[in-house]
Amino acid sequence: MILFILFSTITVKAFDTPNDGGGSITIKAYNVPETVKKALVYRKTEGDTTYTLAGVMSILSYRYVDADSTIKNGKPYYYRVDFYFPDTVISVVSDSPGIAYAQWYDKSKTSSLIFLIVFSTLVLVFIQLAKKDPEGLYIRKIPALDAIDEAVGRSTELGKPTFFVHGLLGITDAGTLAALTILRRVAKKVAEYDTPILVTNFDPIVMTASQETVKQAYTEAGRPDAYNEKNIIYLTYEQFGYTAGVDGLMVREKPGAIFLQGYFFAESLILAETGHSVGAIQIAGTTAKEQLPFFVAACDYVLIGEEMLAASSYIGREPVMLGSVKGADWGKAFLMGIIGIGVVLGTVGAILQSAGNGALMNVFEKILAFF
Amino acid sequence: MLKKQIPLAITFITGVIIVITFFIPHPPFGRLQQDALTWYSVIFGFTMLLGVDSLVRFHYRKLRRREKGWWFSIIFYGGFLLSFITGVVSEVRFGDAFNINSSFMYFYNTILIPLQSTMFALLAFFIASASYRAFRARNIDATFLLVTAVIVMLGRVPVGYMLWHKLPNLTSWILNVLQLGPMRGIMIGIALGTVAMSLRLILGIERTYLS
Amino acid sequence: MNGENISFWEKLGKIDRRWIFLIIGLVVFIPIAFGLRMTVHVSPAVKSAYDTINRLPEGSVVMISIDYDAASMPELQPMLKAILRHCFDKNLKVILINFWPLGLPIGNQGLEEVAKEYGKVYGVDYMNLGYRPGDIAVMLRMGTEIRSVFYGDIKGTPLDSLPMMKNIHNYDDIAVVVGLEAGSMGDYWVQYVNARFKQDLILGVTAVMAAGVYPYLQAGQIKGLIGGLKGAAEYEKLVNHPAFGHIGMASQSWAHVAIILFIILGNIGYFMERRRKRGL
Repeated sequence: MILFILFSTITVKAFDTPNDGGGSITIKAYNVPETVKKALVYRKTEGDTTYTLAGVMSILSYRYVDADSTIKNGKPYYYRVDFYFPDTVISVVSDSPGIAYAQWYDKSKTSSLIFLIVFSTLVLVFIQLAKKDPEGLYIRKIPALDAIDEAVGRSTELGKPTFFVHGLLGITDAGTLAALTILRRVAKKVAEYDTPILVTNFDPIVMTASQETVKQAYTEAGRPDAYNEKNIIYLTYEQFGYTAGVDGLMVREKPGAIFLQGYFFAESLILAETGHSVGAIQIAGTTAKEQLPFFVAACDYVLIGEEMLAASSYIGREPVMLGSVKGADWGKAFLMGIIGIGVVLGTVGAILQSAGNGALMNVFEKILAFF
Repeated sequence: MLKKQIPLAITFITGVIIVITFFIPHPPFGRLQQDALTWYSVIFGFTMLLGVDSLVRFHYRKLRRREKGWWFSIIFYGGFLLSFITGVVSEVRFGDAFNINSSFMYFYNTILIPLQSTMFALLAFFIASASYRAFRARNIDATFLLVTAVIVMLGRVPVGYMLWHKLPNLTSWILNVLQLGPMRGIMIGIALGTVAMSLRLILGIERTYLS
Repeated sequence: MNGENISFWEKLGKIDRRWIFLIIGLVVFIPIAFGLRMTVHVSPAVKSAYDTINRLPEGSVVMISIDYDAASMPELQPMLKAILRHCFDKNLKVILINFWPLGLPIGNQGLEEVAKEYGKVYGVDYMNLGYRPGDIAVMLRMGTEIRSVFYGDIKGTPLDSLPMMKNIHNYDDIAVVVGLEAGSMGDYWVQYVNARFKQDLILGVTAVMAAGVYPYLQAGQIKGLIGGLKGAAEYEKLVNHPAFGHIGMASQSWAHVAIILFIILGNIGYFMERRRKRGL
């Protein structure tokens, strides 16, 4: 039997879900005893005589977001929540109706907006400074990128082909775009040395981009006639099928140099170990942090994370590109500063809290909530 | 000239719109990113045909020229046709290629699953050979790496607990504390590098992906 | 020490990898063949995953994402079965979703097998949404309405004709999403679904990926982490149903021991070689 307890300690509020595109109302319950086993949310609107079931409320957060397709912006909706106790059920009605609205600005993303503005400004400022003073820019040595010429050269001396193996993510991945930059450099060297190249692709869009990149590199090297589209091949969109295909090509063709560039998963070590077994010089580059140890163990050179993303700036050495790298470094410094402040505030706050003064901890928690 | 300018303009306009609408939930802006991703999926579907075309041509060339390992290309054509035909027949016959009684599922269960599992299983062998080669105590840094690796390897399996019951706790500490600092550093570096690269792409500074 | 001995010690640093492969093959095969078992101890990360599901009230919805295929099936399928047993035992509703097309039959087989064990009814207690391409786009769209991407279930049955789906529209109606991951989908679940929709997540990943997922666990972006076959065995222990995860533990233990022994041999060889070179 359902008991309607008007003066229950439990309260239910229905309000417009903040920071959304409308069409949804949040129902939140307060002062709910821990003994509640289940909570069901019911809804009705103007003209309805009875409530209809809207859904199950989480008894971890005591929050339910009603985004049913029937919810209209600007229209009031009334909610009742039935709380199931071991031996009884208590129904609580929301103190006021919930009305949905669409928002023009997502306040929860303010920290992202601030960071975007600061970071973009820093990058743009350093690009402008780089244009004015191109000599004042320094980029540290990246051995893996310096080794590209050596690898292609060695492959040429041995009379073996060069392999360029793309990772498993598509063209929307920054690492894949960086891989295309590196491919351009490799293909140009290959064209200059007149040695064969084979580019394997997991993604057909990356394949077409690779074909264009290699074609352009051959043109830049003054050897457009040597370009052969059929050397940039698609294998399969299946992880270990791709791995088997690349491994098979490695074992049969015995390349002198192998470039493993892009985002890799569990196949990283299988590819790198096979490459090692055929005696190729291997240069890997990935933004997949968990695959880095495998590449470090099995390859001669590795582009670690952001080194790969800076490849175009390093290879091109254009002031504008280098300026953007410097801007990004300052952005990193800005972020490190914020992290440092956060660490100090959190640590001191925790110490003071344990001594009975929780004011600083409150400030720290508010900052955390903002982010 | 236009061949480069038009893609750059498209990149700039779509890039700026997506960034701005990230902060605007109000319709129709809130759904623009989702719509763009849906378009990408549609384009991707069509480019799969390009991929298949590339693969078929590659093996046709090998067969025609009798290049080294040309008979692998026969296996390719056999597998390709088998999957295609059984897939179509199963879809027509059962209304679902993945129906448990379909011929497609028969080949899936008896060929594809063992092949894929075998490829993944190779990882265990390669991890062993790479560990054997790479973990040498050449200097103090390499020694720390070696010792940590041994602790984690033992702590992650029951035999570690049998050796010393606190070894799993030590492993958890290594994974949760010791490795997290550098891991987060690399993650933050990659994230910022990606943002910087995206800015370069949107502003048309980074053009190396264009021919 | 004579020349022959030095040569032997140095050889330890240059063992042909085929010997390593053979030994690893044997230490993996023998425990499975003889059914050797080892006691499994539960780690806090897996316990946290278990507790998150265990706390859910009856009737809550758990979405399980099959983001793997046959390759990583030996590691992730035992996790799927253990989690399904937990869900069905607690009378939770289960929705399966697939982001890897070749994982579709594997996930469905696991679901049907465990559902049958518990006498659960399709469409009432569990259902399978099937596969849709588009990864992130699908994840984001489900935040508004599942029906905007999945018009029907795996068999094409309209979602509204399945009783359990009547009040399930988006992540707000789903208590926990469990991502079983062999690739990048786990990152997408965290970066898009947890970050944007505050959806509670649990990730089950292959052992090789586990180290990369710990930052999410520590930052509270995921509620629990089940790593590799060991994680599966731990979950099996928690649901009191030892299965393939337990069988694999003896193999994994002895494989790890064998690798450590090879590392030790490699280092003996390395030091002997270095000593000889210094002596020269």
